[in-house]
Amino acid sequence: MTRPNTFRSGPDERGHFGIFGGRFVAETLMPLILDVERAYSDARADPDFEGDLKTRLKQYVGRPNPLYFAERMTRELGGAKIFFKREELNHTGAHKINNCIGQILLARRMGKKRIIAETGAGQHGVATATVCALFDMPCVIYMGEVDIARQQPNVFRMKLLGAEVRSVTSGARTLKDAMNDALRDWVTNVADTYYLIGTAAGPHPYPMMVRDFQSVIGEEVKAQMQEQEGRLPDSIVACIGGGSNAIGIFHPFLDEPSVKLIGVEAAGHGLDKGPDDHAASIAGGRPGVLHGNRTYLLQDADGQIRDGHSISAGLDYPGVGPEHAWLHDSGRVEYVSATDDETLKAFQYCSRTEGILPALESAHALVEVMRRAPTLSPEHLMVLCLSGRGDKDIFTVAKHLGVSL
Amino acid sequence: MSAERIARRFARLKAEGRAGLVAFITAGDPDHETSRAILEGLPEAGADVIELGMPFTDPMADGPAIQAAGLRALKAGATTVHTLDLVRALRARDDETPVVLMGYYNPIHSYGVDRFLTDAKAAGVDGLIVVDLPPEEDEELCLPALKAGVNFIRLATPTTDDKRLPTVLRNTSGFVYYVSVTGITGAASAGDAEIAIAVERLKRHTDLPVAVGFGIKTPEQAAAVARTADAAVVGSAIVNRVAAGLDGDGLPKPDLVEDVLGFVRDLAAGVRGARG
Repeated sequence: MTRPNTFRSGPDERGHFGIFGGRFVAETLMPLILDVERAYSDARADPDFEGDLKTRLKQYVGRPNPLYFAERMTRELGGAKIFFKREELNHTGAHKINNCIGQILLARRMGKKRIIAETGAGQHGVATATVCALFDMPCVIYMGEVDIARQQPNVFRMKLLGAEVRSVTSGARTLKDAMNDALRDWVTNVADTYYLIGTAAGPHPYPMMVRDFQSVIGEEVKAQMQEQEGRLPDSIVACIGGGSNAIGIFHPFLDEPSVKLIGVEAAGHGLDKGPDDHAASIAGGRPGVLHGNRTYLLQDADGQIRDGHSISAGLDYPGVGPEHAWLHDSGRVEYVSATDDETLKAFQYCSRTEGILPALESAHALVEVMRRAPTLSPEHLMVLCLSGRGDKDIFTVAKHLGVSL
Repeated sequence: MSAERIARRFARLKAEGRAGLVAFITAGDPDHETSRAILEGLPEAGADVIELGMPFTDPMADGPAIQAAGLRALKAGATTVHTLDLVRALRARDDETPVVLMGYYNPIHSYGVDRFLTDAKAAGVDGLIVVDLPPEEDEELCLPALKAGVNFIRLATPTTDDKRLPTVLRNTSGFVYYVSVTGITGAASAGDAEIAIAVERLKRHTDLPVAVGFGIKTPEQAAAVARTADAAVVGSAIVNRVAAGLDGDGLPKPDLVEDVLGFVRDLAAGVRGARG
């Protein structure tokens, strides 16, 4: 593949990143998708929208969050200088709120009266319920029955915030199925409802819009690293489910060839175990069409979607955002994976070494940091996107460690 | 030849002065052999057009009945190849009744668009309804299908306004499928008056026959739709009869096929008597 002049020009007007992306939705939704696209493009051109977004990110979310030098981990791993981008310090404890604030401001501009969303780990559900409470809008969150069982604290948080959590019992009862049911709700309540998609996937303009709202992460890293170290970082590592935190931290650096970008997929029980044992769509999938876009999918020979597995409910999705699919094919971003077991070790290591409980999602990225850092020189500046905090995961971790709480 | 079966059928219905019944079943539900027996019995039971659902793990536009039917079929080993086998089996006995495959894009994408169109046409498929391919994605399958002589039947919905309707109708062929409610299959039905207005609106934009579906559950409802539309589509209600004919282990009871076909006969009687 020839190297493009810029990696930041996508998507085209039809929502394509190379062969990926697009608008594969039912006709009932199509007029609304076009409305969202128009409204989003108007909003982005409106200084009042930008101003409002900026103020709320500062005062409500608590941005900018720090680019933290993980001194002890750097010393122990004995190589690259490691920094954590502290998205877990945002209000609600993850990067998801960045996108939710942006999209709910858009939903209000569009005059929508009701918000729906899907959630896996519950982080996006909590963030959505939070902004709905803030703006006094009714909120329905679709969540797989299996995820409800393993993410009880977040389910209760959503309820406290006034959201209705609907248990999804179809399919594997995880994130993919929650998205199916959210789409079914949307197609039924298309006139008054806004679907607040949580990851950089789905029909155009969602992958672009979510990326734009999450790009604040990478923009801050750029400025903070300049201020702290006087230059760009050398590598950035982020976990990939749908890939919203990763695209957010990567995008501002796509045209900085000196910055190595690494995405970490969930290898579950191991990539060699088959498509129902991991959630690594790029490493173990092939291109297909699901949930409104063409991307890498875990599927069988007949094009049926597999369920996927990860210890982390937030990565347990058989697809990946279309821009990541394109960044993989174009070679700009390197995609690797981490297993459940490696992730559990990294989770504990981070807790003891830095006094920070990382989300299991983010702990996947940490696995790659722990692999790479020792092989690099002390001048190498490596950034980990610490996308969420791990308090929600302590029950899962305890179970895997054989501890009963 | 095959692309004309639909046109010929609607021409005949027009000559008979009545609307048609479009009967939907999911291919391979509850298993290949039972599904074949139902399919082969549909023309005689009064189905004027057969809509054969292609099972998919993630049917985003379908309600619980058709979701469950798809999962039953997949569990019994349904594949795209098997679906085409069913069409071939029907064609060995019936070369007149149009068969339209309805489904989602990924299994076709995975099979390969060109190979799929060649095989589907050879099997005797007349048209395709692919829920997640709006006009914005016509290059994917719609245009290749038209080129291959397979009808591409588009869904028009209450959210398709007059401004958008020409876009939706542009590459549509065979007939137009009007989805009478904003929602998933098997949901509540729209009112008769609403449907009449919608059909009239579509007729202003196209000469193609208009079939109306979503939420039609009884012979009476089918008859009401048949008074204004060129055809009534019944899906979830038929598929529910399949589900009702299974025993505790999910195996078909002996009278399942006859019960399903009996229900289709009732629907057909409703449709045929509608304008009498």
